[in-house]
Amino acid sequence: MENKTILKVSHLKTYFDVTKGILTRKQIVKAVDDVSFEVKEGETLGIVGESGCGKSTLGRTIVKLYEPEAGTIEFDGKDISKLKGNDLKAFRKDVQMIFQDPYASLNPRMTVGEIIMEPMIIHGIYKTAAEREARTVELLEIVGLKPDHIRRYPSEFSGGQRQRIGIARALAVNPRFIVCDEPISALDVSIQAQVINLLEKIQKEMNLSYLFIAHDLSMVRHISDRIGVMYLGHMMEIGPANDVFYRPLHPYTIALLSAIPISDPDTAKAKNRIILEGEIPSPINPPGGCPFASRCSKATERCFQQTPEPIQVGDRLVTCFLYEK
Amino acid sequence: MPLLKAEHLTTSFITPQGKVQAVRDVSFELNEGEVLGIVGESGSGKSQMMYTIMGLLADNGVIESGKITFDGEDISLLDFPDKKSYDRKMLEIRGNKIAMIFQDPMTFLNPVLKIETQLIEPLMNHTNMTKQQARERALELMRLVGIPSPEKRIKQYPFEFSGGMRQRIIIAIALTCNPKLIIADEPTTALDVTIQAQVLELIDKLRKETNTAVIMITHDLGVVAKLCDRVAIMYGGKMVEIGTDREIFYQPHHPYTKGLLSCIAKTGADEKEEELKPIPGSPPDLLNPPKGCPFVDRCGRAMRICKDVMPDVTSYTDTHKARCWLNDPRAKGDE
Repeated sequence: MENKTILKVSHLKTYFDVTKGILTRKQIVKAVDDVSFEVKEGETLGIVGESGCGKSTLGRTIVKLYEPEAGTIEFDGKDISKLKGNDLKAFRKDVQMIFQDPYASLNPRMTVGEIIMEPMIIHGIYKTAAEREARTVELLEIVGLKPDHIRRYPSEFSGGQRQRIGIARALAVNPRFIVCDEPISALDVSIQAQVINLLEKIQKEMNLSYLFIAHDLSMVRHISDRIGVMYLGHMMEIGPANDVFYRPLHPYTIALLSAIPISDPDTAKAKNRIILEGEIPSPINPPGGCPFASRCSKATERCFQQTPEPIQVGDRLVTCFLYEK
Repeated sequence: MPLLKAEHLTTSFITPQGKVQAVRDVSFELNEGEVLGIVGESGSGKSQMMYTIMGLLADNGVIESGKITFDGEDISLLDFPDKKSYDRKMLEIRGNKIAMIFQDPMTFLNPVLKIETQLIEPLMNHTNMTKQQARERALELMRLVGIPSPEKRIKQYPFEFSGGMRQRIIIAIALTCNPKLIIADEPTTALDVTIQAQVLELIDKLRKETNTAVIMITHDLGVVAKLCDRVAIMYGGKMVEIGTDREIFYQPHHPYTKGLLSCIAKTGADEKEEELKPIPGSPPDLLNPPKGCPFVDRCGRAMRICKDVMPDVTSYTDTHKARCWLNDPRAKGDE
């Protein structure tokens, strides 16, 4: 049976006006520029890209922390920009977020119990305090903490444990979709694997969908069913995780994968890496054409003038003229 | 004779909560032109060990024991008659014979000084160059680390550089006096992968050209595999294993090293979805570290003796050593 689509993003654009002063030329950061994709129920879509590529902005636009400039986001068949009243509240409950920094995303003056129970109270999920507390204890156990941690403060926990508290808070309202914004990049290597395994476990048990944003490509490959690669606000390539990871098509994906340090001395020292020249151009008033053209070894005259459209290659969409038929 | 020899380094920090034993009896050697990777999680003592060697500990840091020999000279604080003569000696060595590259290039560079001033300063301090000569050398260094149009860039301020370019400036500053040893503390952690690849490639190229020894402190095993000749693994203030890159990656002996290698997602050619095997639990509290092996609480093969007695160093080859009871004949049959 084909799983149904839970999230559909079409031609999404999120821009920020960063003009300083009133007489200067308007300066627009095109953080997300014409991005489309779908996420199915129970699926994990990984989004990778370097800093400044717009991956976090994309996640935040989906949870309605930012207003899009253009384009639509449909969650469960409904356009989220038109949601009002109870529908909006239901959306806020169904879509949760796990943040990158487990030190900044938990209120230091609230106990772990208060942190996890707050969303339950807001959404009126349980009638009595006893029910809420019982569920909180259950959640703490699900994420691998102890029931007596409920009265402690975040400062008493390590980074990995705090991230578990963040996960418990996201689960408190029985969501269907979680945006994970770099949930492991602040953690130590041995703790990262613990959190990844936990996220995979609860996904299976609760049939959750994830949008997993990260810059660690090997971890993204591990957790994702499909991977989208972003560059300067554009989706360059999107498709099944193993295809993108092992048989990349877009020149940027190829270069990005080639840059990953491999933890195997013989391969790492022998490997001839594609070292990308230069850096990401500024997203303020970016030039026309393919955003990657200035760093691409295969760029032609045309890449600097025309912006390529996504092209279907097998199960994949690749935004590059090289794959035109 | 090794370039750097550290014996029984022990460093603690006095805090209101008590004494934090950050580095506990660590010994190692480094040869000329060699790259040693020091791998460990946060709080494993890897950075504090380096600060101990460089004489850069915070005010509440106390060196309890240890002997450091660099380039034939004794530079251990405890062997100097007073702090003042030690500081004088270290001022001579730091930036001249030993240089450091730090994790965050923005906090290392002075934001209100031009790049020119910051590159010329170490040259004026450590050599007899005139300002004009120093400027020539600075431009040469900027070219060496791959900064385009150095004549224009040298007049700019740090904020006008991107993260990767700033890290190149830091590397240029480190190279000013042709050091014998560069200590790099997580030099690429703050950078994106494509920029990280550029910087690693640069460090590799420079050390081959100049035969500078490098100590690379990192938590990224991929960086180590790419760059290092030898690898030391630190955990709970102890150096638990040390060996050549191939010994550590292909024949690890310490359960922590094995655990570390199996909890990273593999990026090899194998498409099969192998499960990540995390190490359960979290690192020990160094305010009150376990009496025995620091890894005992997280180790799947811990024995009774591990809890109470610190394991000795076992040697497997001339280069490969680990601290673990499993490999000690005296602990046989204790499981």
